[in-house]
Amino acid sequence: MSYLPHTKGDIAAMLETIGVGSVENLFEDVPETHRFPDLDLPAGLSQMEAARMMERIADRNAPASKMPTFLGAGAYNHFVPAVVNHVILRGEFMSSYTPYQPEVSQGTLQAIYEYQSMIAALTGMEVANASHYDGATSLAEAVNMAESITRGRRKKIVLSPAIHPQYRAVVRTYTQGMGLTVTGDETGHTDDRASLIAQIDDDTAMVAVAYPNFFGQIESPADVIAAAQRAGAVACVVTEPVSLGLLKPPGWMGADIVVGEGQGLGISLSYGGPYLGFFATREKHVRKLAGRLVGETVDVNGDPGYVLTLATREQHIRREKATSNICTNQGLMALAASVYLSVMGKHGLRRVAELCYHKAHYAADQIDGLAGFSVDRSQPFFNEFAVTLPRPAAEVNTHLADRGIIGGYDLSQDYPERENQMLIAVTEVNTRQEIDDLVSALSEVSA
Amino acid sequence: MTEPLIYELGSPGRRGIAMPDPDVPLADLPADLVRDDLDLPQVSELDVVRHYTHLSHLNFGIDNNFYPLGSCTMKYNPKLNEDIARLPGFAGLHPAQPAAMTQGALEVVHTVQEWLAELAGFEAVSLQPAAGAQGEFAGILMIRKYHHDRGDTKRTKVLIPDSAHGTNPATVVMAGLDVVELPSDERGNVDLDALREACDDTVAGLMITNPNTLGLFEEHIVEVVELIHGCGGLVYGDGANFNALLGIVRPGDLGFDVMHYNLHKTFSTPHGGGGPGAGAVGVSERLVPYLPGPMAAIVDEDDDGRPIYGLHTPEKTIGRMKAFQGNFGMHVRALAYMLVYGREGLRQVSEMAVLNANYLMARLRDTYHVAFDRICMHEFVIEGKVEGSDVRALDISKRLIDFGFHPPTNYFPLIVHEALMIEPTETESRETLDAFADVMIQIAHEAVEQPELLHNAPHTAPVARLDEVRAARNLMLCCRPIPAPEVYVQPQASAT
Amino acid sequence: MAYNVPDDLRYAESDEWIKVEGDEATVGITDYAQDHLSDVVYVELPDVGATFAKGESFGVVESVKAAADLNIPVGGEVIAINEALEDEPEKVNEAPYEAWMIRIKLNDASELDALMDAEAYTTYSNDRDD
Repeated sequence: MSYLPHTKGDIAAMLETIGVGSVENLFEDVPETHRFPDLDLPAGLSQMEAARMMERIADRNAPASKMPTFLGAGAYNHFVPAVVNHVILRGEFMSSYTPYQPEVSQGTLQAIYEYQSMIAALTGMEVANASHYDGATSLAEAVNMAESITRGRRKKIVLSPAIHPQYRAVVRTYTQGMGLTVTGDETGHTDDRASLIAQIDDDTAMVAVAYPNFFGQIESPADVIAAAQRAGAVACVVTEPVSLGLLKPPGWMGADIVVGEGQGLGISLSYGGPYLGFFATREKHVRKLAGRLVGETVDVNGDPGYVLTLATREQHIRREKATSNICTNQGLMALAASVYLSVMGKHGLRRVAELCYHKAHYAADQIDGLAGFSVDRSQPFFNEFAVTLPRPAAEVNTHLADRGIIGGYDLSQDYPERENQMLIAVTEVNTRQEIDDLVSALSEVSA
Repeated sequence: MTEPLIYELGSPGRRGIAMPDPDVPLADLPADLVRDDLDLPQVSELDVVRHYTHLSHLNFGIDNNFYPLGSCTMKYNPKLNEDIARLPGFAGLHPAQPAAMTQGALEVVHTVQEWLAELAGFEAVSLQPAAGAQGEFAGILMIRKYHHDRGDTKRTKVLIPDSAHGTNPATVVMAGLDVVELPSDERGNVDLDALREACDDTVAGLMITNPNTLGLFEEHIVEVVELIHGCGGLVYGDGANFNALLGIVRPGDLGFDVMHYNLHKTFSTPHGGGGPGAGAVGVSERLVPYLPGPMAAIVDEDDDGRPIYGLHTPEKTIGRMKAFQGNFGMHVRALAYMLVYGREGLRQVSEMAVLNANYLMARLRDTYHVAFDRICMHEFVIEGKVEGSDVRALDISKRLIDFGFHPPTNYFPLIVHEALMIEPTETESRETLDAFADVMIQIAHEAVEQPELLHNAPHTAPVARLDEVRAARNLMLCCRPIPAPEVYVQPQASAT
Repeated sequence: MAYNVPDDLRYAESDEWIKVEGDEATVGITDYAQDHLSDVVYVELPDVGATFAKGESFGVVESVKAAADLNIPVGGEVIAINEALEDEPEKVNEAPYEAWMIRIKLNDASELDALMDAEAYTTYSNDRDD
């Protein structure tokens, strides 16, 4: 077997040291009737054969990264600098565990500390944790935290309907046993601030709004934040990190919690995971923050070093009193994001964000000019916009696929009244030629 | 040996990566929403490479040396899996692409679902959960919903042995249920009398780790399952220790109703310094309708009789655990791993993991007190104490670092005083195990002859013991100044 | 180990002390409690005006290795909290009987009768260490 080192001689000598006659004898505690079942699985392959088989399976996919793609909706096809992958492949990072032994984990710990600092800077917040599983679970953990900040006395969570539908679904999964009411997104499917604010009351633990929202629109969340805080509720903003290369961050607008999906920061699409849920908050709330936190300290010689801190909040010590059951963060993905943010840096991320913005606006202008198409311009947008099509989005996408283009996200999947609407995302990797080809292909369906 | 922060490197105006100029006309930026400052590093690509290379040198992974961290299954993470997960056909696939473009990915997910179900004797498996704790949460939510759907709302209690990992009780509370702790008996099993006492019609279920966190197979597992089923509860298996059971016994055959799998333990996907994990969840027939979705399913077949795959969400699902389809990159790695081992090989994985643990325990038995001295499974717990010395488990752990080994798990499970939990895994050779055992024995001598060597350890690590009290009292969680007041827009003041 | 157990206080089984002055009282944690928690790093206290029934949790005390609920020895309304502990949690270790946590207005003074006196609490503490 590829990864098992023992020779027959090793096994015999080891059994003798243990004092049993055979390997089978080690399993006598296992009920005999169920011991050593016949498994209906294939025989093992050599690495060469396994690689070939997996390559054949991979070839049955048509990956977005290999085609002109305009699909976003929470996962984006951005350029990933080569250095990102080379760093995260280093065995010292990749094959290490959670840094419980700080003396031999300073690499992971310092990298997380830097990640926390970069996320705080990007979001305009004071503190970020070491990450959650993805953007959706970060939002669910924000609900947990808001429930804890309001001491369990408030039972209502108000979510904007313009938050990613799957994030809202995950919040409902998480809260199904908690006795909370999740509302705000049940009637009306637009980002109507007035009706959202009207639902905030003195039973509201948290209000969440998206900026940019699921439709790519960028409307300042300051009004919702202020309304939430006036009512004594926690104000949470779901954001998109590449857009923050250009946009004023939610922290500058007073948000209590800022969460989002960090996939755009150097992490491959990988059919939905592993991704990176970032989570930032105010210092005053840090003791209610779920998940890992790294802090700076000194060692016994007075030299600087880093440790996991506030661990007593966590499940392994607090057990049933922990804010969350979360054990891990997305360590390697947080490292990828740190490398990405470092190598892009102050100027590069701004440039990426501007490229996304300009190219998306170019695409929107062209598509808006086609007969039978109209772009939703009710609010400014970043790199994604909703288009009303002359035919159902699924049909249009089939046509685009025939032209070798991956089209946008079919909004009728989540918003039934948005039939014939598609969400089109444009990033820095889309060339003008690709956009022109998209427009040309769309013009064929408009006829 | 310290490395400056990335923010301390570089120079204002320095750039790492050049991006092209726009090839489209420029649009007007939304002036009132554009930020005037972005506080990120200003470094070259080489600055970045050297910085992270230096940081990696301050770190310890399985690739460095033996990592016997109990309950974490730090086995070798095959390089092949990394290459395969990076094939553009997998890594470049967008999660919202239509099924016609993702047949290969759906085949991977479906195959992993089927094989995991077969390995553990379950009816179906969902790969939605992003980590073990999420798989566990999904499992308890399913148990809750199963009872609720039958109108059986008085079942609010979940029984948990005192040896359990802290996630178990934390999960139960997140699901809105109540924890009842069960004691262990003198052989490290669940105390059957206490269990019998606790079983009534308010029990939603039992969470059990088998082998348990002492590395012991529950000797009364059949009775335990019967008792819980007898009072109408369901049995949740914490699959953290599934590395001991591949081809040995199937939890589903023992009557377990639900179990999560840690792909990052048993199926070799890398731990990555604390994630990403992947926590598939498997269930018996009665819980299939409640599984989290979407899952991969065969929806049709083509003209050649080959399956056509699609996404499917079970009818009474507890919902989705995360956005999109689970940690797909980890599913690819797990499949590559299972393909290489196959039916016979996977059984050998568990056999060799258990052989290695028992061998190491046999080598250490005369020097350290083994907490529950019987044949163990894939790990065992010793007491980190030495006769005639005041050293503690933590001192022994830190001294191991000087010899180039990662310490075992300290102070867990809680029911063993000064616990050191050792899990060698199957990928370690006899020479490595012997080298570790020799060092452990040497440390026991040092503990008596030169205890200060242990108290002050480690001596060779990049930093000495760190002041955790200072870290927690004077929180420094971010190296950047907080936003200056002039850019911080105060929300409109309330009407006070 | 000999713990400091002042004679003029009363004690709860969950290791809080209470000092009664008329119909008001201050509450903190005992020398035994701070010793077993080790270095206290944070004390979470309730809002002034909150009310708690006897035995209810009014806050949390955290050290680097443990977090423990603070339970109110007798029911009452919180009329003051010791805000100094926010910046100097180490006071709980240094002077546990000066580092009071909350001042309350008693609901029912007869609830005090069920608490231990210094002698009983000393025995109770020492028994647990054996």
